[in-house]
Amino acid sequence: MAAPPAPATVETAPTASSGARRVLAGLALPISLAIVTALLLLWLAAQPLDSIERRQLDLGVLARRLVEHLELTLLSTAIVVALAVALGIALTRPRLRPLAPLGVAVANIGQAVPSIGLLVLIAIVAGIGPDKAILALVAYSFLPILRNTLVGLGGVDRSLIEAGRGMGMSVWQTLRRVELPLAVPVILAGVRTALAINVGTATLATFVDGGGLGDTITAGIRLGRETVLVAGAALTAVLALALDWAAGWIESALRPRGLDP
Amino acid sequence: MAETPISPAAPPPAAAIRLEAVTKRYRGQAEPAVDALTLEVRPRELLVMVGPSGCGKTTTLRLINRLLDADEGWITVDGEDTASLDPDALRTRIGYVIQQVGLFPHMTVAENVATVPRVLGWDRARIARRAEELLELLGLDPADFGDRFPRELSGGQAQRVGVARAMAADPPILLMDEPFGSLDPITRARLQDELLRIQGSLAKTILLVTHDIDEAIKLGDRIAIVDRGARALQVAAPERVLSDPADDYVREFVGSGAALRRLGLLRVRELEPGHWPALPRAAERHVVRDELIASGRPAALLLDEAGRPWRWVTARELERGGEPGTEPGVPASAELTPAATLHEALDAIVRGGVGAAAAVGDGGALHAIVDLEAIMAAADPSRPSQRTAGGEEAGLVRS
Ligand SMILES: Nc1ncnc2c1ncn2[C@@H]1O[C@H](COP(=O)(O)OP(=O)(O)OP(=O)(O)O)[C@@H](O)[C@H]1O
Ligand SMILES: [Mg+2]
Repeated sequence: MAAPPAPATVETAPTASSGARRVLAGLALPISLAIVTALLLLWLAAQPLDSIERRQLDLGVLARRLVEHLELTLLSTAIVVALAVALGIALTRPRLRPLAPLGVAVANIGQAVPSIGLLVLIAIVAGIGPDKAILALVAYSFLPILRNTLVGLGGVDRSLIEAGRGMGMSVWQTLRRVELPLAVPVILAGVRTALAINVGTATLATFVDGGGLGDTITAGIRLGRETVLVAGAALTAVLALALDWAAGWIESALRPRGLDP
Repeated sequence: MAETPISPAAPPPAAAIRLEAVTKRYRGQAEPAVDALTLEVRPRELLVMVGPSGCGKTTTLRLINRLLDADEGWITVDGEDTASLDPDALRTRIGYVIQQVGLFPHMTVAENVATVPRVLGWDRARIARRAEELLELLGLDPADFGDRFPRELSGGQAQRVGVARAMAADPPILLMDEPFGSLDPITRARLQDELLRIQGSLAKTILLVTHDIDEAIKLGDRIAIVDRGARALQVAAPERVLSDPADDYVREFVGSGAALRRLGLLRVRELEPGHWPALPRAAERHVVRDELIASGRPAALLLDEAGRPWRWVTARELERGGEPGTEPGVPASAELTPAATLHEALDAIVRGGVGAAAAVGDGGALHAIVDLEAIMAAADPSRPSQRTAGGEEAGLVRS
């Protein structure tokens, strides 16, 4: 009896070279950002600068403003993550669920008011300084994280919660081991949005003496020095893109394995 | 009573689960989902609750493990009123297989199985050992399946994992909500057989819910037939439900195939064997012929030297004789065992084409010849049941 030919098996596992290609593709953005930054610095170095420009474009000054900007962005985002996720968890508990629309409505006010208006309002009420700027950023970026937390937790299959509870997991254990991990992708998408909002809006911190790259940009406008303006705007853009890339990377790293790829 | 008192009857075993007039009404529903249900699950029995969709089966299970609290009535587990117990602690003692399987998609198979041991704070090594043990028990190779995610499982594999997860902390009681739902009939039958095998060695107290009467009959030590509001219409051994339905509803639910279903409950070894001629193949032809004619049967069974069924021959074939080098008659199948159901016996008879089938014991030697008359006599519900509790396993060993 002749044996039938064995069916050819098709190898579909990703090969090493395609994996390497994926890593390269992932690094394309940071590499091009580094190149853009280097070109910017070269361009600035090639410009004939007057003393005002030199003061504004001093590398130490630029670096300080960049760091301030980063601090404003990351600190406000961290605070808003802690607050909005906690509120989102609370508003998805059975007892508080009826209040969820109210929570979203309030958070919506924060975002509906124009950011500059919100900033001025806070300055009038609370005074000026970086902490007031952070307060404004928190209020301004609260909604996306709250909304995504509500959506993410609300989207967890009821039967999974039932399975967890039915096997003796406490409410807290079910939240930590089942609900939150499953909601993480949606919540992180909200965090990425909030980060994008905050890195842009942080340029306005300069109006309440909050520091950041907004200082460079407004100085460029106020003093009529275009090179300064371009440097501030370009650095802000580079920072925003870099942060978004990092957030995207964290998003995929924290996405639980086992969910659809 | 004049007789000397016989030894006092053993006290009835305390119920493992007991529901007493339990009623549950969901908010906004006019009819109660569970209406004054009284039901008892005995220790180490597999009780199957069977009823139509929406009749309150899942609700009943959720009341027992206190995912829901009853509006009226009370429930005890191992004699303790569940209302007085901490729900989380109660649930770690009761394995629960939910209707939707509900494997956690972000956890591997091994992690899913480890859910309850983790809640109980077992150490890592013990959890890992237990997960392997359970996967093996349910026929899944731990090396292959342990690290898979639920989306990488077939439906049947997922349901096995669901059962393994419920059994992880070795709870004495299991609640199983349609554990084999939505599977193809073959996989379903295989999982049912495995549950029976596992139950045979572990003897848990199991309350299993299904809407499939055949599954109930196959699995249940007893079955509870319920209607809307989880009202129990009959709670009895499957045999009893088939032969003696409590009312028209049960009769209808059991369906017109009740007589055939009973065949699935009876075993070949419980039959009165038919009297058919069976002779060694070395016997003289005329001897075989005379015996065959005397018996009034259409065919005789010839046995080989080891006493194994060899061929069926008819009188005509014996008379005609055979051309040299050919054997008379048709080959006798030897697939039937004393443990086979009458359903299988009937199938063998119909396929064999001589009106009877040979059942073989250990080593393939002839055990008995089964025919339609014997099956009809056994399946006749007016005759007292021959199936005795406990005797079945003993019979299997002896035969
Ligand atoms: N959470 C709920 N809220 C309101 N009504 C419910 C709820 N869960 C179930 N019900 C209703 O209670 C009744 C019994 O439901 P249950 O889930 O116990 O039925 P079941 O016997 O398990 O059905 P199935 O075989 O379809 O799973 C149904 O009429 C159902 O609509
Ligand atoms: Mg159900």
